Amino acid sequence: MTDVDFLMWVRGPAFNVATVILCAGIVVRILGIFLMGRKPNLAEARGSEMVGGLRTMLHRSIPDAGTFKRSSLTVISGWVFHLGLFVVIFLFVPHILVFEQALGFGWPGLPSNIVDAIAVITIIALLVKLIHRLRDPVLRMLSEFGDYLSWFVTILPVVTGWLAFHRLGAPPPALIAIHILSVELLMVLFPFTKLSHAFTLWIARWYNGAISGYRGVRS
Amino acid sequence: MSGPSFQRGYNALKEEIDAPVAAFFSSCVHCGMCAEACLFFTETGDPKYTPIHKLDPLRKVWEQEYTFWGKLARSLGIAKPLTDEDLTEWETLVYDSCTLCGRCSMVCPVGNDLTYMIRKLREGMAVAGHAPPGLVGATRRAVTIGSPMGVKLPALQAQIQHVEQDTGLKIPVDVENADYMLLLSSMEIMNFPEFIGAVAKIFHKAGITWTISSEAFEATNSGIQIGVSDIAAELVQRIVDAAAKLKVKNVISPECGHAYMAIRWEGPNLVGKPFPFKVIHILELLDDLRQQGRLKLKDKVKGSLTFHDPCQIARRGGILEQPRHLLKELVNNFVEMPESGQMNWCCGAGGGVSSNERADELRIKAFQRKKSQLDQIKVDGLVSACSNCRIQMEDGLEAYHMDLPILSLTETIADHLAD
Amino acid sequence: MNKDQTIGEILRSKGISRRSFLKFCATTASVMALPPAMIPVIAEALEKARRPSVIWLSFQECTGCTESLTRSYGATIEDLIFNVISLDYHHTLQAASGEAAEAARAAAMAENEGKYLVIVDGSIPTGNPGYSTIAGVSNVDILKETAKGAAAIVSIGTCASYGGIPHADPNPTGAVSVSDLINDKPIINVPGCPPIPAVITGVLVQFLTFGLPELDDLGRPKAFYGQSIHDRCYRRPFYDKGLFAESFDDEGARKGWCLYKLGCKGPTTYNACATTKWNDGTSFPIEAGHPCLGCSEPDFWDGGGFYKALSKPTGDIGKTAIYAAGAGLLAGAAIGGVMHARKQAAVHKHQRATIDDLGEGS
Repeated sequence: MTDVDFLMWVRGPAFNVATVILCAGIVVRILGIFLMGRKPNLAEARGSEMVGGLRTMLHRSIPDAGTFKRSSLTVISGWVFHLGLFVVIFLFVPHILVFEQALGFGWPGLPSNIVDAIAVITIIALLVKLIHRLRDPVLRMLSEFGDYLSWFVTILPVVTGWLAFHRLGAPPPALIAIHILSVELLMVLFPFTKLSHAFTLWIARWYNGAISGYRGVRS
Repeated sequence: MSGPSFQRGYNALKEEIDAPVAAFFSSCVHCGMCAEACLFFTETGDPKYTPIHKLDPLRKVWEQEYTFWGKLARSLGIAKPLTDEDLTEWETLVYDSCTLCGRCSMVCPVGNDLTYMIRKLREGMAVAGHAPPGLVGATRRAVTIGSPMGVKLPALQAQIQHVEQDTGLKIPVDVENADYMLLLSSMEIMNFPEFIGAVAKIFHKAGITWTISSEAFEATNSGIQIGVSDIAAELVQRIVDAAAKLKVKNVISPECGHAYMAIRWEGPNLVGKPFPFKVIHILELLDDLRQQGRLKLKDKVKGSLTFHDPCQIARRGGILEQPRHLLKELVNNFVEMPESGQMNWCCGAGGGVSSNERADELRIKAFQRKKSQLDQIKVDGLVSACSNCRIQMEDGLEAYHMDLPILSLTETIADHLAD
Repeated sequence: MNKDQTIGEILRSKGISRRSFLKFCATTASVMALPPAMIPVIAEALEKARRPSVIWLSFQECTGCTESLTRSYGATIEDLIFNVISLDYHHTLQAASGEAAEAARAAAMAENEGKYLVIVDGSIPTGNPGYSTIAGVSNVDILKETAKGAAAIVSIGTCASYGGIPHADPNPTGAVSVSDLINDKPIINVPGCPPIPAVITGVLVQFLTFGLPELDDLGRPKAFYGQSIHDRCYRRPFYDKGLFAESFDDEGARKGWCLYKLGCKGPTTYNACATTKWNDGTSFPIEAGHPCLGCSEPDFWDGGGFYKALSKPTGDIGKTAIYAAGAGLLAGAAIGGVMHARKQAAVHKHQRATIDDLGEGS
């Protein structure tokens, strides 16, 4: 198979398969959550569940000052790589075109050299995360194979994308194909690993805020 | 089939798993921030006290019973099923090192309410026979005697007599159609009976009609602490029945943390229907009276005071501003703890920990968190609104050779009532 | 012309000045990205080279490659160089036809056995050999027969190199490339649809001067196909800055911004268009405002569409996603329903807990 054949395959049937698994898988996971049900609350409410839930969905991204001081490495490296991923995935024009293909509309992107720099920062933040996970006693105790696998399939597209953008290490058609394949690997594993938190954390945060909001606490 | 068994415990866990639990376990990314929010981890440095790790048995049940791949993994032998040995190993994690304080739930970046899940995990642990003996004993006493500390009506009556003598006021017992029915924790009755007198004085001045029920005076709910809803419901039902019998419109939850959670937030859900009466915390009532001008105070407290927010009342209960409004009337120099209000730190003894002798050493160690908060401010007194916190903090201050008076907010208000 | 004359002798006899000749060598050197020190090397090699016999086979082609080559405006030197090879067989350019033409080919093959150069344009149909015949003989047979005594084969154009247009889905004639059929002779692919004239002659000069050139993994001379369009495109700064034309003739297009969004295949296409350009360096598609088609790459017709950007998946993933989500809803409802029922069964099995169910107390 030539590089170009490989590229056509990853852009074609492989992308279709990855899309199916990602979309169907996430929907199944989310339904699996909601269909477990929740008992209605018979206590007299002090505040609104919906307002509390919506608030926590957004606010939980920002820790309080004390928590930030105690967990600053976790919070900062987490923020950096998430924001970095957001920029690299959603604000890089060749990627916006993929969404345009899927959604029917696109949006303006950032200059590609800025995205390039942010990609490097993202990779560094992810490396910091890995080292932290390998060294911190709590993280070592908590971490399982799934954590390292998730880390790997997250950093791989950023690294291969960066290499493809700079056309380093292999013929560009091969680099682009490997990059797209690494994205497809990420897509396929999304519903079955903790990566699904990208979708389910909104539900978790809502429940958290709703439970607290019912009692008049802003969590 | 009676008696504890692993099967009963496992089935209880299956019952407890709901949509929030599924969302929480789906979202955990193993970031470890919950550890740094838990005083049992911060004061010991032992990673096993990481809150999400404490929940591992529940996670296993969710994964293996309610997810396609988890169930497949178990049937293929890739994943190990939960065993009784697991529950044995987890007993000290779920009970000794957790007060259900709720800080982890405030901190988790993906929004997990870990406290909610610990409460559910205890349902399974308890009926599998894996609750701490101290807590089991307290629960037995609560059900059979009416109080986890074994306080029977005669003991209460004796304390009431002393209070009546000290205050010169009558303590109304079993008075029908009173506006408020007061509950009391055994801790208050036995260790801080001044509370009863304080309430009497304040209500007398404010012109409030109130009563105590001789049939259901206990506020503490051991069923909540051990985590068995059926037992907790039985205890709450006694209060509901008494309130109905006395035809009261409001039930007051006293200065006891878990009591408030039990009656205000869990109560109707335990008994299966909304209450015909309102539940009000003593601090809420006092603040209402202050707002209505029915709480006149004189001679502010000299010196500086700080406030310890009892977890179940503040962070888990929603009563945050009221004590501060009241304290502003009481003292000129009110100093907030670093990290106050809903992010205040637990005293280390709630949620059944103080009934668990096995956990004594651990809870005194955990108190170092509160100590380090106090070390950062220089105050003349510490005020709180939970008698269990008070006992723990007195124990802790003694263990660390600290000298600081600990006051009840209600009692302090009563001491400064204007004539 | 005397077949034994060297190219240098022929050029001089035609009145081509040394200066013009050297200029041509300089141009060729720069097209091959060789340093100026190579110019005298090229000049000397061409001086001494004997006119090789060249047999040009045209199969399933549109004749565009020949047209491209002969449409060199004012490039009389290339014409002469072309005349300087002994073009012993070429459908379009030869004077002879019919039996005489075939006889000329046979004679050239016999005379120059092992030494003649075969140039092929057009793909070769294998579905039914009858799809393309010359003098009643199928292209497959002609190619195999002619390749036997060749020194090397040059596949001119994407059709000969990779199958080209006839090879595009669904490939009704079973078109294949030269290298699909011949594997015992050195083959140089000079793809493009058509290739740049200067590249065609450049490859020939390179072959004459230095022998078989260094080829990439698609068989193309690295001297001409070693760089991608993207890496030499004058609009690259706009790509790097993220400035793209959104549609033909919009503001970005008129400002000369990058054509990536309009489907430019520059990043994955290797050719000399961005440097050597067309029509003697006048322009090339991107400069004219049209995205690169990738015409020097295999299967460029099936590359997802000329106007679909390279990063876009080729399928209709929007629709795929919606169907997948729908399937997920069904599957999720089923699985979730089972889980819900399982929970209800557990609730049903609930036994009211009393203090006798707690174990040892103290």
